[in-house]
Order: sequence, then structure tokens, then C-alpha cells
Amino acid sequence: MSASPLIEIRDLRIRFHGDDGRITHAVDSVDLSVANGATLGLVGESGCGKSVTSLAIMGLLPKQSAEISGAIRFDGLDLLQTTDQTLRDLRGNRLAMIFQEPMTSLNPSFTIGDQIIETILRHRGGSRRSARERTIELLRRVHIPSPERRIDEYPHKLSGGMRQRVMIAMALACDPHLLIADEPTTALDVTLQAQILELMRELKEASGAAIILITHDLGVVAEVCDEVAVMYAGEIVERAPVDDLFSAPQHPYTVGLLGSIPRLDHRAAQLATIEGMVPNMAQPPAGCRFAARCPFVLDACTRAPPPLVEVSPGHLSRCIRAPLERLVA
Amino acid sequence: MALLEVRGLIKHFVAQRSLFGRPLAHVKAVDGVSFSLEAGKTLALVGESGCGKSTVSRLVLRLIEPDAGTVRFNGRDLLALDAGGLRAFRREAQIIFQDPYASLNPRMTVGQILTEPLALHDLVPPAQRRARVAELLRLVGLEPRLARRYPHEFSGGQRQRIAIARALAVEPKLIICDEPVSALDVSIRAQILNLLRELQDRLGLAYIFVSHDLAVVKHIADHVAVMNLGQIVETAEADALFAAPRHPYSRALLSAIPLPQPKAKRTTVLLEGEIPSALNPPAGCRFHTRCPFVIERCRSEAPKLTADGTGHATACHRTAELPSADAILPVAGGFSPALAKLVAAFSQKTEGGSFAGVGIQDAASTTK
Repeated sequence: MSASPLIEIRDLRIRFHGDDGRITHAVDSVDLSVANGATLGLVGESGCGKSVTSLAIMGLLPKQSAEISGAIRFDGLDLLQTTDQTLRDLRGNRLAMIFQEPMTSLNPSFTIGDQIIETILRHRGGSRRSARERTIELLRRVHIPSPERRIDEYPHKLSGGMRQRVMIAMALACDPHLLIADEPTTALDVTLQAQILELMRELKEASGAAIILITHDLGVVAEVCDEVAVMYAGEIVERAPVDDLFSAPQHPYTVGLLGSIPRLDHRAAQLATIEGMVPNMAQPPAGCRFAARCPFVLDACTRAPPPLVEVSPGHLSRCIRAPLERLVA
Repeated sequence: MALLEVRGLIKHFVAQRSLFGRPLAHVKAVDGVSFSLEAGKTLALVGESGCGKSTVSRLVLRLIEPDAGTVRFNGRDLLALDAGGLRAFRREAQIIFQDPYASLNPRMTVGQILTEPLALHDLVPPAQRRARVAELLRLVGLEPRLARRYPHEFSGGQRQRIAIARALAVEPKLIICDEPVSALDVSIRAQILNLLRELQDRLGLAYIFVSHDLAVVKHIADHVAVMNLGQIVETAEADALFAAPRHPYSRALLSAIPLPQPKAKRTTVLLEGEIPSALNPPAGCRFHTRCPFVIERCRSEAPKLTADGTGHATACHRTAELPSADAILPVAGGFSPALAKLVAAFSQKTEGGSFAGVGIQDAASTTK
């Protein structure tokens, strides 16, 4: 990690106030940073807070119900303290996002060209003609065949893979410094997923943008990320360079996740399972949030929340039993 | 004799009609599919969206009627069955759907959902139905007291267990699993896959496992059929197919799966372009528009599915000349020694309690 990260999240906490007065702790004391040109994978299962974290960065959480504290510093600016106007100037410009559902994130009543041109005109100005030329160039960059023709088509004419390429082209329209991709390939077939992942690798090298990739697929993480943060019940439970995480995980939840995926490169008679359920986030447990499901649990685990500590250089774990190698030696 | 024999199955859906109702365009969803399945075994149908794998599974159950072909179940011709015969057949073959949020009636309690098949087929006298429901719930690892709850009170994984219990209620010989774990989180997915395997061993079930995920298929299937645009392009024993995939499409699918192994050494076959539409499949070999090994013959002449001595069948003109698939195959050893030890310890400790949370020991004594 370089000296001054492009984005730095400090002690981010997000609480949702429900209509019934209940408070859900969606994200708790999350610290993250991504350097220019690096790709961070944010991994976890449904409801772990990974998407909420990304929406907080983009300033897209509802103001009435979401209570956010901490700091999100982007290029020296605290995104949580800026005005809506500043955020609007950043979004789609230096800060861009790709969503999971390419089917629903494009406006069906405008051509794909109109939607990308609008972004360029809003942030860069200039003539419509030059914006159109740039749009064709962008569509070509994401490998859309005959972009001069495709630019005037409506989203319904395009397949899922094509729409996701359009979404990527739109995100790249103003050369973002930070790109957040929220499950960008989950809705796609495997051969299309391979194409999109290849495209993301290509763009990363060409543009030098920082990428936060949110996914539940550990295979995708292994293929594109430099660093990984594993989230569980609103907290980061482990953070490590990608090789370290896959070869020597330091949190029991990560071990369970890695053991539970059927793999082409390993044969298991039985898959590991993580028993029990995610804790109710209206009343998070006092101690470690994974304690109730953890096979390595001690009494001490349930008493106080474990801190995120460095186990080896760059490898952090929120488990008091780390390094875990001791348990199986 | 095989439990299920499917020969030359064809289903074309009408996609467009003229003003007078004459069909103008057809989606060739299933175009000449044949396979067989032994009792107690798992056949996986694999392919991408629109390849016809789900249509095949519905044709086998006669949930939709085929245009041509035969389906024999235990020697009986299913297409000749009348309504009564079909209802009796449904006792022997069941289906589990992908989305456990949509496949359970939100207005019925779990108890009612599980009692319905018992009552419909008059399998259990009314007085004993409650006991049987409790037994079914235990069989899929849920507590019997949950019978009074409604589906919305359960998580996705628990709902999929309920759907499995419903399928098991009639004691079927065949269960069609249509992407049963695609909608589930990874750790829950493992629980359901383990449960399906457990149940197969205990009850001697046969599965048709429809999936797009070859890693899941490798874990669960005995036999695999890879489908592309309505046709089977390769079929073999699972071990043979994963050790040496022959059809260029199978290879592309296999190599496209991201491995949870950073710096994994293998070549990815990147297919160019989009999946062609089943409305207007390419002439000749239906894969030729995306195939890296295409030759002139592929554009005009459709290859036949031909088997070698071991039963490994491929529909490709160039089967014999293709290079070895070794470069694209994942190298074993995805688990580092440290990870292997940790996972083993993780699993051992969890199994110390009830069996992986799936409390099926109790049900063992009472299930037929």
C-alpha cells in the first residue's frame, strides 16, 4: 500500500432507523484504504454490509433513515462532510459505480448513446458532437462491435453482457479515479463473465484507476484483486493481500468460506459448512459476532469484541485465536 | 434397465404468429436430446442461459409437452399416460426450483405445504400426517416445531430445505433439481449440496441436476451432459469429462470459471461474441460462430453426437484433431497445506454436534 491512498475510510459506522423504531447496525468500525491503481475485493455473504459500504462512498444512502459516522477521505476531501452539489460533481466523474443488474440500471426510454453522452456533457461540457465521438470510442474500448451503429440503440435491443459493457463504458466516461463495481458479473453467464473480467483487468492496466470490487465469488476475487477484505455482520473480519488470504486465512469465517465452495481444483468428499445463522443486527452480540458459529470459540470470544490486529505484515484478522496455524499444528 | 430413458426429445416454442395465428418463428429450445439415467445416480445438465437445460427438465416431467421424442420412466412410456397415469407418475418424480422465495405458497404454513402431497396421493392416513411432516422436516435438518410457521419466516437456505422436504414427501425415485443452489449464499450452498448428497445415499434417489456452474456439477454429478442451443454437445462420466473435456464448448465453459486460487496457472479460452439466439441458431454446428477451432465443414454440416468405447460422446467434427486440453485444466492443489488443515479442523469441530446442523439421525429409524 502506497503512502497516500486514493480513498481512505476511517471508522465508518452505518445504522438504519427502521419505521418500527428498530436500529440495524449495518456497518461497524470499517477501516479501508485503496491506493491508485490497486484493486480491493470486498467479500462477504448477503447482508454483511459490503454493498451498504459502497453506497456510503457514493453518497447514495437515504438521508432520513441512514445514520452515518466516521470519515471517507477521497483525494483529500471528506465525502461525508461535503455538500450534495460537490457529490453530484464527483459521481460519474472521478467516482463511478457499476451495478449488478445491467437489465435495470439503464433507462429504457433513452438510447445507450444518449445516456453516456449526458454523463460526458454534465461533467466535461463541450459540444454534443465531440461527446458523441467520445462515446463511440468508449463503446469500442469495451469491445462492443460496430459502436457507430450500436450507439443509437435502446437498451432492450442489447443482451445482458452487452448492457454490462455499456454500464462499464458509462462508468469510464470521465476517466474515474475510483471505480466501484458491485457484483458486476453475477447476473452473467460464465463465458460472458470471463469476457467482462478480462475487460476489467485490461481497463485497470490502461487507466490506473483504483477499483473496489464487491463480490461473493472468491474465484472472481482470486482472479482480479490485489487485496481482499472479508466482511461479516457489518465488520471487516480479515484483510490481506490476495495470495495470503487464499493460502493462509487468519479468520475462522474465511476458513469456512474457502472450505464451503465446490472447486474445480480440489476434490472434497464433503464441503465444509458454516452452521447457524448470521446474528440479528438489531442487537449485535457483545463479543465476537462470529462466535456463535465458530468451531474454535473460547469463553473469551463472547465477552469482548475482538480488535482487528495485524497477524503478519499486511495481514489483519479480527480473531483472538489468530494466527490460526497454532490450532492445527 | 435405466430408470429414465429419453430419446430424440424436441420442443420448439412458437415465438411469433401471423395475424391469422400461423406460426412465423420458432425458438428451437430443445432439438433432439437423448440421455438415460440409472436409479440412484446424478446426471447434470450444464450450459448457459437459453441452452434448453430447464426445458429438458420440464419435458421429462411432462410439465410441458414435447413435439417429438420419447420419455420412458421405469420402462413406461410417459407420453402415452392419461391424466390419472400422469398423476401417479408425479409421485415418482419431483422437482425443486431455483428460487425458494417464489416456489412456496406464502399463505400456507410449512405443515400445510408438506401435508398437501400426502393428502393428494393419499399416502398417509390423516391421523398420522402430522408425524410424517415432523419426520420430513427432520430429514432435511429442520426442527418439527417449525411446521406451524409461514415461508416468510425462513431464510433462503431453510426455504430450499422445505422445498426439498416437499419433494421427498411422496417418496420419489427421481428429483429434478433446477439450479437448486444458484440463489443461495456460498456457505448455505454447501449445506444444501451436502444435504442432497446425504439424501441420495440414504434414499437411493436419482437426480437430474440442472446447473450453469461446473464447479458445483463436478462436486455432485456422476454423469454430465453439456448443452448448447438445444443440443447436447458432449456427455460423459463426470470424472472423464472433467479430466479431459473434448468439445471446444465444454473446454471454454470449464476454463471460464474463475478459480479461487490466485496465480492459478492455466489458459482461459475466451469466447468471442455473444451467445447466438435459439430463435435462429447458426447453420451447421451451432457452436461454430464462437468456436476457436472452426473449419469450413462446421459452417455447413451439423456434427453428430458420437460415442467412443467408454461412452464419452462428443458432437464435433474435429474431436480427433483437437489439441490436448491440459493447458486449460485447473491444476490440482488449490488448497495450500495450511488451508487444508484449517478446513479439516473447521469441519471436524462443527460435526462434533449434530451432523453438520442437519439433524437427520433421528429420522433414520422411521424413514422407509
